Amino acid sequence: MIAQLTQAERVLAMVLSVTLAFVGLAMAAVAKQDPMAVHGYIALFLGGALVIMLLRTWDLPAPDEARFERYYDDPIKFGIVLAMIWGVFAMAMGVWVAALMVWPDATFGQAWSSYGRIRPVHTTGVLFGFGGNALIATSFHVMQRTSRARMAGQVSPWFVLIGYNLFCIWAVTGYVMGITQSKEYAEPEWYADIWLVIVWVTYLVLYLRTLKRRAEPHIYVANWYYLAFIVVVAMLHIVNAAAVPVSFMGAKSYSAFSGVQDAMVQWWYGHNAVAFFMTSGFLGMLYYYLPVRAQRPVFSYRLSILSFWGITFFYMWVGSHHLHYTALPNWVQTLGMTFSVMLLVPSWASAGNALLTLNGAWHRVRDDATLRFMFIAAVFYGLSTFEGSFMAIRPVNALSHYTDWTVGHVHSGALGWLAMITFGAFYSAVPLLWGRERMYSPTLVEWHFWLALAGLLTYVFALWNAGITQGLMWRTYNEAGTLSYSFLESVEAMRPYYIARTLGGLLFLSGICVGAFNIWMTIRGTQTMAADRPLAPQAAE
Amino acid sequence: MPLFKAHYNLEKHSVGLVIGIILAGSVGGLVEIAPLFTIDQTVETAKDMRVYTPLELAGRNIYLREGCYACHSQMIRTLRDEVERYGPYSLAAESQYDHPMLWGSKRTGPDIARLGGKYSDDWHVAHLNNPRDVVPSSIMPAYPWLSETPLKVDDLGAHLATLREVGVPYTDEMIENAPRDALAQARPDSDQAAGVTERYGEATTVRRFTTNTQLTEMDALVAYLQVLGTLTHLPYETETPVTE
Repeated sequence: MIAQLTQAERVLAMVLSVTLAFVGLAMAAVAKQDPMAVHGYIALFLGGALVIMLLRTWDLPAPDEARFERYYDDPIKFGIVLAMIWGVFAMAMGVWVAALMVWPDATFGQAWSSYGRIRPVHTTGVLFGFGGNALIATSFHVMQRTSRARMAGQVSPWFVLIGYNLFCIWAVTGYVMGITQSKEYAEPEWYADIWLVIVWVTYLVLYLRTLKRRAEPHIYVANWYYLAFIVVVAMLHIVNAAAVPVSFMGAKSYSAFSGVQDAMVQWWYGHNAVAFFMTSGFLGMLYYYLPVRAQRPVFSYRLSILSFWGITFFYMWVGSHHLHYTALPNWVQTLGMTFSVMLLVPSWASAGNALLTLNGAWHRVRDDATLRFMFIAAVFYGLSTFEGSFMAIRPVNALSHYTDWTVGHVHSGALGWLAMITFGAFYSAVPLLWGRERMYSPTLVEWHFWLALAGLLTYVFALWNAGITQGLMWRTYNEAGTLSYSFLESVEAMRPYYIARTLGGLLFLSGICVGAFNIWMTIRGTQTMAADRPLAPQAAE
Repeated sequence: MPLFKAHYNLEKHSVGLVIGIILAGSVGGLVEIAPLFTIDQTVETAKDMRVYTPLELAGRNIYLREGCYACHSQMIRTLRDEVERYGPYSLAAESQYDHPMLWGSKRTGPDIARLGGKYSDDWHVAHLNNPRDVVPSSIMPAYPWLSETPLKVDDLGAHLATLREVGVPYTDEMIENAPRDALAQARPDSDQAAGVTERYGEATTVRRFTTNTQLTEMDALVAYLQVLGTLTHLPYETETPVTE
């Protein structure tokens, strides 16, 4: 890590690490008994560890000038490893919370392990820990390769990755201590939110500076999606996280919004976290790794343009479909529903563009599990966007909302699309980055693929059944004109489905464990290929 | 097509793309969110609406801390079966002082927007301590530590003051008396008890919520659960047809 840095950059890294340690110390000092103090100690420990690491390698020889002619791959590798660690951890937490819905006493009687506290550990861990690290790592890879230029910053990629992971660690350790804003998918408290803004702006600046160095006249479509991911997530986060802390010496804050306005802001954020975190960023991944692996050009340039701007414009309107039949004014619900249906057009344009890119490469889809991961991802992207538009229609939502159908829908997206495309991208990138001819074991990639697919199907089928059963039981009337079922009867009816979904989750978890082992063994293997380097810049046309 | 030609040129400018993304991404939010702050009909006027007492607020913060919103909604939709199961549908006015709102997104357990007064305090205490003692097939987590953890009341004044900054009409008197009011609401025979009803209205429940000798987190949470849906009578006076 440090061998790539010049003396001046090492000093900068040291200053940042020492600052982090001091910030942590200050937080711990002012917070005293408040759980925020623990977060201060975590920052202090991390800053201290970085200082020690820098000191121990301080005297390594400075890098030669030739480093600027090579891609900067160390941060990418770090990001991939972190994403896999988060993935295994967060999916294991997912299996645990799923099991709690069948065996509610599997908490060891501890406050920290009760369902309400560890459920956000699972969601944040998967979405931000696994997904976020995968996005940052692959964006570092894609931005350099498609620009044919080295990343612009030397220290800033590390700042982005380490800073982002500090945010994730603060988030999940906070939940188990009871620190939460209780806004779904935006639970971390005010200081973690401020920290994320700093990290995120650095990320955007790094991205734009790297694009500025590009040797290609055009910015490749994958980068548009990554840019939309970075820019819009910043907008969403800053608005939704607006809050006033009770005291700067404690974690607790109160949201700036209340009631119906808060609900709208929350779901404008919540659905667009789906749009720009779980969709836009991962479409960036798809647009690079799928054509490269299939060795086919993207099917249609114009479809790419239409779907990109369609997604960026339409998605921001649809959040209100989470609030059908609620106290949200009807006109906002109607707008949300309308745009949700229209959103199907750009969504399927993307999915279709990906699948048509595979035309002429179907034999590779058959033979290469890595490409098959990406194929399944495109299929499930198409399926879950269709399902999403369908569920946003008001009368359908009357049945599906508040049920496990929604949870099934999210997992069809998260497991079927987000995780599948990430595994495809990782299996493509890992051998290249570590200079291996191929993954340690292609057979294990196959195993991972079939475990993941079996887990995914088990999970979503279980929850489709669960959700529709629940929705129907809640609204069934008997001949006397009264409700047929008590709420408790609907809970009891869920048991077989909750067991099935736990098994589905377990299959998916074993898949990622196989994947993590395979990636680890690939990293440990011997280097067989030279690292690639950017070509000399060519004149623009 | 000229449009694609224009895009062909836009793709050469990273800052141009960023500006385009910001513009395209801003419209939806501006159109849908901004008017909610300016159109008066968005939130009904509920004349009898009161704010949470310090004890109820502390209970609400425990509800947040334990992540109860992940399984319980507090939003009865305008659907016939929901109104018959849970009570009058929820109005925007009812959560106007909720920072943040807790409408929820999932009903692993039932909606609790109108939970207040449906069960006794004793039932809530037993249920929270171990749900399966009173509802054998419940899958709700047990919260045995609530009765053992003393309630932190010394900073409640700061909490009220912060809420006032974001728009909740707490008075100076309420803020000043917050810790004492929290204790007094659960101690009907104390001298301070009259102050609670004086400040928060005659309808405020002042009683022992648990049999614990000191004020615990259980007292606060039960006080909060018992006030759900009772802050205003407006939903019971509003008659608008529901969707079949």
